[in-house]
Amino acid sequence: MLDICEYYEAESLNDAKRKLASSPSANIIAGGTDLIIRIRDGAMANASLIGIGRIEELKEISLCKNGDIHIGSMVTFRELEQNCTIKERVPYLGEAGGTMGGPQIRNVATIGGNLCNGAVSADAVAMLCCLNAVLVLESVNSTRSMLIQDFYLGPGQVDLMADEILTGITIREQDYLGYQGRYIKASQRKAMDIATLGCAVSVNCQEGTIRDLRIACTVAAPTPVRCSSAEKLAVGLKATSDNIMKIRDAALGDVTPRDSWRGSKAYRKQLVMINIQRALESLVLTDGGE
Amino acid sequence: MSLRIHFSVNGTHKELLVESGETLLEMLRGRLGLTGVKRGCSVGECGACTVLVDGLNVDSCIYLAAWADGREIRTLEGLADGDDLNPVQQAFVDHGAVQCGFCTPGLVMTATAMAEKGIKLTRDEVRRELSGHLCRCTGYQNIMTAVEAVLED
Repeated sequence: MLDICEYYEAESLNDAKRKLASSPSANIIAGGTDLIIRIRDGAMANASLIGIGRIEELKEISLCKNGDIHIGSMVTFRELEQNCTIKERVPYLGEAGGTMGGPQIRNVATIGGNLCNGAVSADAVAMLCCLNAVLVLESVNSTRSMLIQDFYLGPGQVDLMADEILTGITIREQDYLGYQGRYIKASQRKAMDIATLGCAVSVNCQEGTIRDLRIACTVAAPTPVRCSSAEKLAVGLKATSDNIMKIRDAALGDVTPRDSWRGSKAYRKQLVMINIQRALESLVLTDGGE
Repeated sequence: MSLRIHFSVNGTHKELLVESGETLLEMLRGRLGLTGVKRGCSVGECGACTVLVDGLNVDSCIYLAAWADGREIRTLEGLADGDDLNPVQQAFVDHGAVQCGFCTPGLVMTATAMAEKGIKLTRDEVRRELSGHLCRCTGYQNIMTAVEAVLED
């Protein structure tokens, strides 16, 4: 039996917001695949939970008229991976999410839960950073949006007020149209493991020239990081092996990984370089790697 | 706190009072005696507790009993028709995919979900779909063979 003293199943988003506003000690539970384990570990005694998993409006993925993609926070990883709009427009986001946990976890775990936990290793997050995803946070009295990069304050810490619910994620057309992407997860097992280092790359490359490059790494700093100096260096370069090496080397200045039992700082730096290189080679290399 | 829930398990309608801190695993084993649902790691790593919720394979150890409300739950106990095993169970027997048997109910549930979709999968896709299950006896080869045999039929 888990130490949950109260559970409330929200019937609608407004219902959830009202309940959360009137219950200062309550926590939102989405798929629960992280939260239930924390409760089992004793990290949240006498938990009071508000379930939002039955709110239909939070489970939708929609393509807006202006080309933006809106992903409801209660979309599961399985739904993200199988959704037609995602497959057509940002398949690499579904693929990145598909590296999280195992099938049973992906059937239940949600994109919103993955974000709000603030885990430094969250598998969907690196690619969402490359996509400049905009998060929508709602409470009874307010609605605000922010770039995903601003949401992360530290390990396990996100900019979510006690009365706020993450309701969705918007990916703007300008951030995916013309881009290709790849997420490479380094982990000790291929399934059911947490990333030792996550590396996401999205690139707009026209006729062999890099127009725009975005690189985001997880477990490479206390929060997910964009490799801005490598990104700046890349603009206008031909997509050759030499240039890819320059870009990956520059990215080392953008990350501050730490030693942990999953991997040393030095190993993580190596992973940053090699996985940026591999991602770029697979996406844009024009000279065949000679 | 207690919650009243209505759901179906293996085709039978149930109404139960469950606790807010009760997992689906605890409800199925403790209240309904469905001990084919195995408690392994309790943290969603091993897959021994896998059941189908509205057709999706989920780890019942990290799924609240309250979430079963209005849903259709299926466990190993509901698969055979009398003495006739379902195709996945029969394939596990035919291909020697069982040793100690502890991981078997979970694997059979996931494989049943795969088989019922009727989609052919490559070997890599089968491996991926089974990746949420740990088996410490078999080395997985006979399990893979059994599941592939079912998917090919």
